[in-house]
Amino acid sequence: MQRAAALLRRGCGPRTPGPWGRNQSSAAAEASAVLNVRPERSRRERILTLESMNPQVKAVEYAVRGPIVLKAGEIELELQRGIKKPFTEVIRANIGDAQAMGQQPITFLRQVMALCTYPNLLDSPSFPEDAKKRARRILQACGGNSLGSYSASQGVNCIREDVAAYITRRDGGVPADPDNIYLTTGASDGISTILKILVSGGGKSRTGVLIPIPQYPLYSAVISELDAIQVNYYLDEENCWALNVNELRRAVKEAKDHCDPKVLCIINPGNPTGQVQSRKCIEDVIHFAWEEKLFLLADEVYQDNVYSPDCRFHSFKKVLYEMGPEYSSNVELASFHSTSKGYMGECGYRGGYMEVINLHPEIKGQLVKLLSVRLCPPVSGQAAMDIVVNPPVPGEESFEQFSREKESVLGNLAKKAKLTEDLFNQVPGIHCNPLQGAMYAFPRIFLPAKAVEAAQAHQMAPDMFYCMKLLEETGICVVPGSGFGQREGTYHFRMTILPPVEKLKTVLQKVKDFHINFLEKYA
Amino acid sequence: MASSTVDQSQVARNGLREKVLTLNSMNPRVRRVEYAVRGPIVQRALELEQELRQGVKKPFTEVIRANIGDAQAMGQRPITFLRQVLALCVNPDLLNSPNFPDDAKKRAERILQACGGHSLGAYSISSGIQLIREDVAQYIERRDGGIPADPNNVFLSTGASDAIVTVLKLLVAGEGHTRTGVLIPIPQYPLYSATLAELGAVQVDYYLEEERAWALDVAELHRALCQARDHCCPRALCVINPGNPTGQVQTRECIEDVIRFAFQERLFLLADEVYQDNVYSAGSQFHSFKKVLMEMGPPYAVQQELASFHSTSKGYMGECGFRGGYVEVVNMDPAVQQQMLKLMSVRLCPPVPGQALLDLVVSPPAPTDPSFMQFQAERQAVLAELAAKARLTEQVFSEAPGISCNPVQGAMYSFPRIQLPPRAVQLAQELGLAPDMFFCLCLLEETGICVVPGSGFGQREGTYHFRMTILPPLEKLRLLLEKLTRFHAKFTLEYS
Repeated sequence: MQRAAALLRRGCGPRTPGPWGRNQSSAAAEASAVLNVRPERSRRERILTLESMNPQVKAVEYAVRGPIVLKAGEIELELQRGIKKPFTEVIRANIGDAQAMGQQPITFLRQVMALCTYPNLLDSPSFPEDAKKRARRILQACGGNSLGSYSASQGVNCIREDVAAYITRRDGGVPADPDNIYLTTGASDGISTILKILVSGGGKSRTGVLIPIPQYPLYSAVISELDAIQVNYYLDEENCWALNVNELRRAVKEAKDHCDPKVLCIINPGNPTGQVQSRKCIEDVIHFAWEEKLFLLADEVYQDNVYSPDCRFHSFKKVLYEMGPEYSSNVELASFHSTSKGYMGECGYRGGYMEVINLHPEIKGQLVKLLSVRLCPPVSGQAAMDIVVNPPVPGEESFEQFSREKESVLGNLAKKAKLTEDLFNQVPGIHCNPLQGAMYAFPRIFLPAKAVEAAQAHQMAPDMFYCMKLLEETGICVVPGSGFGQREGTYHFRMTILPPVEKLKTVLQKVKDFHINFLEKYA
Repeated sequence: MASSTVDQSQVARNGLREKVLTLNSMNPRVRRVEYAVRGPIVQRALELEQELRQGVKKPFTEVIRANIGDAQAMGQRPITFLRQVLALCVNPDLLNSPNFPDDAKKRAERILQACGGHSLGAYSISSGIQLIREDVAQYIERRDGGIPADPNNVFLSTGASDAIVTVLKLLVAGEGHTRTGVLIPIPQYPLYSATLAELGAVQVDYYLEEERAWALDVAELHRALCQARDHCCPRALCVINPGNPTGQVQTRECIEDVIRFAFQERLFLLADEVYQDNVYSAGSQFHSFKKVLMEMGPPYAVQQELASFHSTSKGYMGECGFRGGYVEVVNMDPAVQQQMLKLMSVRLCPPVPGQALLDLVVSPPAPTDPSFMQFQAERQAVLAELAAKARLTEQVFSEAPGISCNPVQGAMYSFPRIQLPPRAVQLAQELGLAPDMFFCLCLLEETGICVVPGSGFGQREGTYHFRMTILPPLEKLRLLLEKLTRFHAKFTLEYS
């Protein structure tokens, strides 16, 4: 060891090619050799260990990419290595990533993005004029006319203006102020930032955050990390996952014992549940928030994913405004949108925005300050958001193709939603609420007592046990309901509706077969 | 939780109720956060730009944003090859176009194959696309003369800032006397102080030595550490090399000393190396902490915990807007490494276009590739110009009375020290401003030049500085430097 160390200390000498042909210093070669032989004796304890690390981070869980997904990754590696399995591929039905499952990006969007990325293409005849116009507009608003410059921390100005215009159109003329728009790195970034600012107090006055059960586990993860208090309100499974204000009332009342409930999070359309709130429900929630002085977070990333003909998306912003000044001047609201869902599916770009209503001007200043430390959201994601809110209109060259592609994606999703709901409801022991919107099925599975016991013997939540077995026997990866929250004694899983129709049919059939076998096995 | 009196009267006037979220009810740690690079002076710059647009007459025709390390905003062109490959990835129809070189197409195809659904639009795994992490590991190996890097220890991130925050987050624990302390250089890049404030960790300052070209002295590390142990539990040591705002490039001996110190004192090392491609001074060379650590052999090489950071925002690329970056962790506890991955997974993944760009940065065209010559020419041109601008800046400032400037050995900034007359200092204090903030605000109002006061980065008591980028085009920079020194002379006269 000593000799190695001495050699290494001379390491800056002339380079000699190593035995494997790479040009490296002989000292570096020795270093490599040393590293492969770790001293068995006294390795001292590390500075950063499970015991010494941030306990709040340790408490964080995120099931969508949690243990079952890690297992799916391992199985994929085994398949690659040629290990025989009862299936030939792992189906990743755990995450709302449309393009990963074969959905094609919208042509117009990628054309504008390519023009922005490599402006030489503005001279190319292969791009339509309306795409070039959009690209030029975006680039002119960027520092140095390049996507490579940092933008203002709140986002590129003209894009914020376009977002405001979109919101105004979407909401039937209810005005949106660009100054209230903040572009973000996906919606998750905005949600996390707002929650961060909201959390304060200690002990019994620690901020409590109401979240739906079942929820998208970003919320519980951020609450954990911030050491805020999670306050659960249960959606009503018997009633299509409806939100009942009485349940909100119950939750707040109980929470006041041990925390200071300040925030109410709504996901509409719902994730994992897919329900689309009625307008009346939204009004009731707003009234409740007004009454109880709660800051409202409206996660509306699935606003373009509404399938049920009986349902319509109503933004919290619009309803708030239409309820009149007592509400619209007082209720503090943050609404979130993203480029990851809808008909675009541009998850990898990490585009998003939030619109804030009735925030104290000093808080807005604090918000910009906080965002400025991370400089700015990825400018390519901001550009993607711009195209989403400023798509081709009738009369423009690209309009027809754009419309076709958009309708095709949404029509396909609607078809798959119905297909999934119907098929699951044909399986004994599975019950699936209507998939009114979003991208997921969250069926309830009725597990026999023996299965629950087996799970407990394995120290797993019963639906995790079920999902692991499903993964091992069919290669289908879904996320157990315990990752999202559910009423005690009930079990679910969340599966996306994103695989192509024919593949989805196969997957659903496999799940059906598995479930029937499972019921028999643990009867 | 009482609001300010102003609040209450406004509330009463408007018939509005008190808000849920106010300065008093918000997260107190967030309230303490400051980030001077985009702080009050920049806001004033924005206002002035607005006024200029509205036709208000000013002693200048444009605001020069010399506050932020954003090369492309100041006219630096992106590297052609990088943008070609990225465009091909964004719009794969272009793979059929004759207007793109073959090597660019090959790279694009390779990247797309590694993406879900062969698209930049799919989420990647949370640590970043496997292929790209492998390429990063190979880059690190080449850079460090063959010392192995494990792709499993490489995590892609949304700019280096993202990864720095994540690692710091992991380290913060304890309460009161046992609260995590983190040593940071003074002057520092204020991401560090901002993050420590946000996390409620204890900031422990160690002073770089201005008299010795901003050298890092282990004796000073000792001093800082000993004093800190009184009131916190120091667990980490941050080094920025090449330095920001100071531009110094650490010698190899210094890096070894720091590593030895960290090992002896049980400190987790964070090495911010985003300017590793920006070394101008003939006498300076970049040595990565990883390489030096490994070459020091055991016990250091096998036990010292280290996280090293890099980014696509600086170097010769200047791709700030794409938010590309990575961290390489060395000797991290495997269970903690899993925790880190878990934390990253909550935010799903770093932007995939940024990951793609990083891939091209770490595996640029090879000498036999068609795009090599143009790539090399562009790269050399950018770096040569930066070096020339570094020299020019140093020269002009050194010749100005009342301004002294350490050599700009690397990075993208000058951090000159300015003498301020006592009357100016007094007036600043009366106005409730740091004296160098006062100077910088006056500079901005008179000349339109926006720089960041030294108080935003930290400095020894009674000294004043500002940080100015060297990024404007050479001739423009020359004019700016002249304007600035003239202003300083005028300012000195006015307040003498």
